[in-house]
Amino acid sequence: MLVMEDQLVYTPKDFKSSNEVRWCPGCGDHAIMAAIQKAMAGLGKKHEDYAVISGIGCSSRFPYYMSTYGFHTIHGRAAAIASGVKCANPELSVWQISGDGDALAIGGNHFIHTIRRNIDLNLILFNNKIYGLTKGQYSPTTDRGFVTKTSPFGTIEDPFIPGQLVLGSRGTFFARAIDNNVKLCQEVCEEAAKHEGTSVVEVLQNCVIFNEGVHAEISNPKTRADNQLHLVHGKPMLFGKENEKGIVWEHGHLKVVELGKDGYTIDDIMIHDAHEPSRAVHMALINMSLPEFPVAMGVIRAVKTDVYDEMMVKQIENVQAESKIKNMDDLLNSGDTWVVE
Amino acid sequence: MAKEAKVVEREEVVVRFSGDSGDGMQLTGTLFSDTLALEGNDISTFPDYPSEIRAPQGSIGGVSGFQVNFGNGKVNTPGDQADVLVAMNPAAIKAHKKYVKPGGTIIFDRDSFTERNLTKAGYKTNDPVEELNLQDYHIVSVPVTTLTREALKELDLDNKSILRSKNMFTLGLICWVFDRTLEHVESFIQTKFRKKPIIVDANIRVLKAGFNYGMNVQATAPRFIVDKAKIEKGTYRNINGNMATAWGLLAAAEKSGRELFLGSYPITPATEVLQALSARKDLGVKAFQAEDEIAGICTAIGASFAGDLAVTSTSGPGLALKSEAIGLAIMAELPIVIVNVQRGGPSTGLPTKTEQADLMQALYGRNGESPCVVMAAGTPSDCFQYAFEAAKIALERMVPVILLTDGFLANGSEPWKIPAMKDMPVITPRIAKDPEKFKAFARDEDILAREWAFPGMPGFQHRIGGLEKDINGSVSHDFENHQKMVNIRAEKVARVVEMVPDLEVYGDEEADVLVVGWGGTYGHLVTAVRQLREEGKSVSLAHFNYINPLPKNTEEVFSKFKKIVVCELNLGQFASYLRDKLPQFSYLQHNKVKGIPFEVHEIKDNVNEILEN
Ligand code: SF4
Repeated sequence: MLVMEDQLVYTPKDFKSSNEVRWCPGCGDHAIMAAIQKAMAGLGKKHEDYAVISGIGCSSRFPYYMSTYGFHTIHGRAAAIASGVKCANPELSVWQISGDGDALAIGGNHFIHTIRRNIDLNLILFNNKIYGLTKGQYSPTTDRGFVTKTSPFGTIEDPFIPGQLVLGSRGTFFARAIDNNVKLCQEVCEEAAKHEGTSVVEVLQNCVIFNEGVHAEISNPKTRADNQLHLVHGKPMLFGKENEKGIVWEHGHLKVVELGKDGYTIDDIMIHDAHEPSRAVHMALINMSLPEFPVAMGVIRAVKTDVYDEMMVKQIENVQAESKIKNMDDLLNSGDTWVVE
Repeated sequence: MAKEAKVVEREEVVVRFSGDSGDGMQLTGTLFSDTLALEGNDISTFPDYPSEIRAPQGSIGGVSGFQVNFGNGKVNTPGDQADVLVAMNPAAIKAHKKYVKPGGTIIFDRDSFTERNLTKAGYKTNDPVEELNLQDYHIVSVPVTTLTREALKELDLDNKSILRSKNMFTLGLICWVFDRTLEHVESFIQTKFRKKPIIVDANIRVLKAGFNYGMNVQATAPRFIVDKAKIEKGTYRNINGNMATAWGLLAAAEKSGRELFLGSYPITPATEVLQALSARKDLGVKAFQAEDEIAGICTAIGASFAGDLAVTSTSGPGLALKSEAIGLAIMAELPIVIVNVQRGGPSTGLPTKTEQADLMQALYGRNGESPCVVMAAGTPSDCFQYAFEAAKIALERMVPVILLTDGFLANGSEPWKIPAMKDMPVITPRIAKDPEKFKAFARDEDILAREWAFPGMPGFQHRIGGLEKDINGSVSHDFENHQKMVNIRAEKVARVVEMVPDLEVYGDEEADVLVVGWGGTYGHLVTAVRQLREEGKSVSLAHFNYINPLPKNTEEVFSKFKKIVVCELNLGQFASYLRDKLPQFSYLQHNKVKGIPFEVHEIKDNVNEILEN
């Protein structure tokens, strides 16, 4: 750890614990953890002010591998526990690590309500579209028809699109990243940490054991330039090896166009506005899927609004300034009392 | 010449107000009770309301009652049966006649005896007195509606507002009957409706009209005189169990120097704890209304991990939902208080009624070997002390503590001598001090509690969780370690016994029969035992507030009695527990599961029977 001009600078190593990392070799979790450790090192927060809270699942082992304060809790409840941590001490940087089963199945209720309240948490959602720890059952993000141990004939239900839930819950921050792009993971985690409010980062994660290649079409180095759209606030939505393709908004829909073709020029390409309060375009971006569209990556939405824990502190301060009751003795003796002599 | 009203001097009198849910009976009862307390009586109250907020008007199911017992000595119960029933409609008479002592007084609004109301209440004739065989009761028939209208004829008020103030007429009348002033009620009305002067005027006019009516027609009602109670010197207030629970937790936060966090979800009859703490932002309370019961406790566990005095409040079904999370708090060895205001179960059961059937759930309702401290408050105001103690134990021993109260305590109120904070016990949370020596699960040799270090404290960074751990907080699947940790967690709870005061015996320490109770039945049991002793019977009472662990001297106390009868509002859960813990004694049982408290005479009859056999 180096202390420079009042700013704390750590190295990612400062965030590694001595516990042996037990994820399967090749699991996407390794890369995501590396990205988060890098992000934390550069945020300027004191080491002891980080708290990492997880639920249950492969990814939820995360806190054990970190040298920060950590709490590996119970299935689905990480969001609620993390909310309590943040309310107890709003100065902390609280990170929730959950998988798709943990956050969206058993923990679905806490997920949506935490986002609705806009508590200042960084919620990293590892989406491998499968239950890994219990060895390969379908999850709420598993594609329809997919064959797993509990859907030997294919699932007969539609998956959640996590970003849709975030927006439906009035989410103020949603970003997407993929495990084989550590730099992108790190960037969006940094943005998530800086955002005030509930920041949800969906990381597309590969489970080499039970769902190998589930995101291959998106992650494949050969095709990813065409299959991923990297969004940057204020920048045109361009993609492709030579940035030769872009997204336009036509008749209330997104459309992929090629620059110089059909009369489209760079001026027609949409400029990404992550800060606009309206959800319409953000929703459309979240919904983009292969093969018609590239998959949107980066910070899709980052909107500023009231933050629960800040409001909680303010409300307490306001009431305290007004109230005549300053301590327990005041309270006990307030209202109707009488004296027996 | 008006005859003097018959004056009856009494030590205790029970009054019950009954009417439609919308008639304002809870308010009327509360105002009368507060008046009694303010003017020097000891009281005990019992609101008895249907779970439907507005059941069909005039129906039996919609009758809401409020009972108060007041006296010139210590009053421990709201009374088995009422001396006076104030009934606002025919349904109220029909539904609550059974709560009136034989020969008691029934005051009712005769204007409410309309055909419609009589039919709705299921009468076959238009004479309830005749039909219900009330000839032996003292019937006071008052045209309440007419007289209310009359009192308000000079005011420009709509019909609804007029009818709404009827309850003030009965309240005024009852204040006259019991020789109490209208002072408190008037000042309440003035504050409550200060923005609507016409409503203040109307309510006070009607209140006075009721009082004056009593005076003018005094020949028709026996008048009760209850002297002021001889009670300990001090400043008093009325408090109900839920409020006392909330305030006890607040007091513990102040004494321990930790901020208070409450994670909770509304559930009858525990909601008022959440409401009372939500109102206390001025004392810095972080009251978090969660999305469900599970989030209620989980946010509290998070807050505990981060250094707050963390609490969750609920009732039976909610406790069931919280069980997995309680297990986590046990495993992570975090301090937390779980308040369970018991109601009739199982399932949704009887939400507004009282019961003691969550004892086994509190003791054992979790997966794995998962002991926690279980305590129970005995009276409404007691909830303050036991909520405080629960927090103290949690913070000093790093354990979850379940505090059991119940619907009867939650809503019942009694005068309470206000404590001074300087006299409350010290609370010393086990906050870690030395980062060099800190290990997540290193513990004090005597009490076996670990230390508490939370995010923000430099040098104590550590990981905890629901998986079995070794001393450093690292996950351990080692079987020897698991055995050791299971034993330690159990022993840690057992050693809380050092903080548990000895069991006290009310009555002689050696006698024929020991009545044993726990929690919210205290008032009824002590009243029954007191009366039995006054009748010369060889009976004592041992009442438990600490259930796990049991007080150290329990065995010794039990050994001095020929017979032990365990009285509880369930099918015998505490009796079973005692059979397990102290199998050397045999236990008789007295159980009741009707959603209502014991009645004193039931307990006496049962003990008398035991004495005879
Ligand atoms: S099972 Fe899958 S998700 Fe779990 S650690 Fe192995 S690769 Fe990763």
